[in-house]
Amino acid sequence: MFDSYRENTLRYNPERCFGCLRCTEVCPHGVFAEGNRRVEVVRPEECMECGACARNCPVQAIEVQSGVGCAWAMIGAALRGKEMDSGTCGCGGDEGSCCGGDR
Amino acid sequence: MASPPQSCCRSCPETVQPAAEPVQEIRTTDSRITPANHLDHFLARWGVNRMGHRVEPGLYRLGNPTPDSPVFASSNYTLSFDALRSALSGHDGYILVLDTHGINVWCAAGKGTFGTDEIVRRIALTGLASVVRHRTLIVPQLGAPGVSAHEVLRRSGFSVEYGPVRASDLPEYLAIGRATPDMRRVRFPVVDRLVLAPMELVHAALPTAAGAIVLYLLAGLPAALGAISAVLAGTVLFPALLPFIPTRDFSTKGLILGGIVALPFSATFFMETAASGWAGVPAALAPLLLMPPVTAYLALNFTGSTPFTSRTGVKKEIFRYVPFMAGMAVLGAVLAAVLGVARLLGAV
Repeated sequence: MFDSYRENTLRYNPERCFGCLRCTEVCPHGVFAEGNRRVEVVRPEECMECGACARNCPVQAIEVQSGVGCAWAMIGAALRGKEMDSGTCGCGGDEGSCCGGDR
Repeated sequence: MASPPQSCCRSCPETVQPAAEPVQEIRTTDSRITPANHLDHFLARWGVNRMGHRVEPGLYRLGNPTPDSPVFASSNYTLSFDALRSALSGHDGYILVLDTHGINVWCAAGKGTFGTDEIVRRIALTGLASVVRHRTLIVPQLGAPGVSAHEVLRRSGFSVEYGPVRASDLPEYLAIGRATPDMRRVRFPVVDRLVLAPMELVHAALPTAAGAIVLYLLAGLPAALGAISAVLAGTVLFPALLPFIPTRDFSTKGLILGGIVALPFSATFFMETAASGWAGVPAALAPLLLMPPVTAYLALNFTGSTPFTSRTGVKKEIFRYVPFMAGMAVLGAVLAAVLGVARLLGAV
């Protein structure tokens, strides 16, 4: 109830994993953990679809439709008649809200 | 000097051969954050000259590095660069500043400007392979969405080591030679949330001012204050109270917060109009219908500033709640219009 973040596009194929643990290094939400000879997805609902795990998996054991979870960008894209997923946060333009941090 | 590992195929067209000599001059920096730096950070937080907070991309010498000193990657956004160099106070090393067009590491990684291609290119442009003996590049963990470590190794010979999420953890990371699980987890504490509030406020300032002026002329000072309060709730109160407001969805959190902020206005309008009989209830309902959607919409827009909302989830929120917010706002506007007309006709 009132939780739109339970599901995401993270897909993991353990058959391909050889346990390099890169995904456990790059995931900022502890979605992956070291298991028996391969990693395990322990907190799938915490995935924010940043794509760091998939990009750094050398054997393509992870798939995720990565993108920016930014309503401002999505609504802006929709208002301009574009695909919602084509929206990017305002970083790099003269507006936008996601560039204030020092991360 | 150790030779870089061989790439998988010598004929790969994208493989960058390290330069024999440094191509770009190595600049020097230090760990001091000067008053001018603080001013720059302040202006960046308030969105002044948003794309102007940059440092020159390239290789920087920090302290007195040797060919064995570590190399840290950063973006060319002053806040990112300054956070890194100040965290490394007392350490010697090199900072490889990528050209991210003045965007912080996290956002630039999402866009791909802090990414594999730029790292490989910058390593070649700076002749890094001839500056250091080792072949390790410490990359901030939040840069990982844009970086493919195995690709960087294959194309440049440099092994990517992901450092901690927070620059402030670097001294401990260097001391123990690894990142602890806690260093790997992104946090969003109240300080981090509040420093984003000025930017949120700046974005909303112009439409808020316009709306408040119109409301003041049409309905008086309380109505104008209601508009300002709804916006302040969405841009300042919401980031501050984010983890404490019930539900996980930003929209519902915003509706709850907006509803609470609207209550005093609702009570005030009711007491002002109750004497006239029929107008009390619609006058009380108008702020309860108008203010929460404003706060909720601003709250929903805060998703882009947080380090934990997925695109799938945000999209669901938009389809679930934006029509509801619009419906509430329209109904509230109709009530307010009816009351306004009644007031003009002397019926209230």
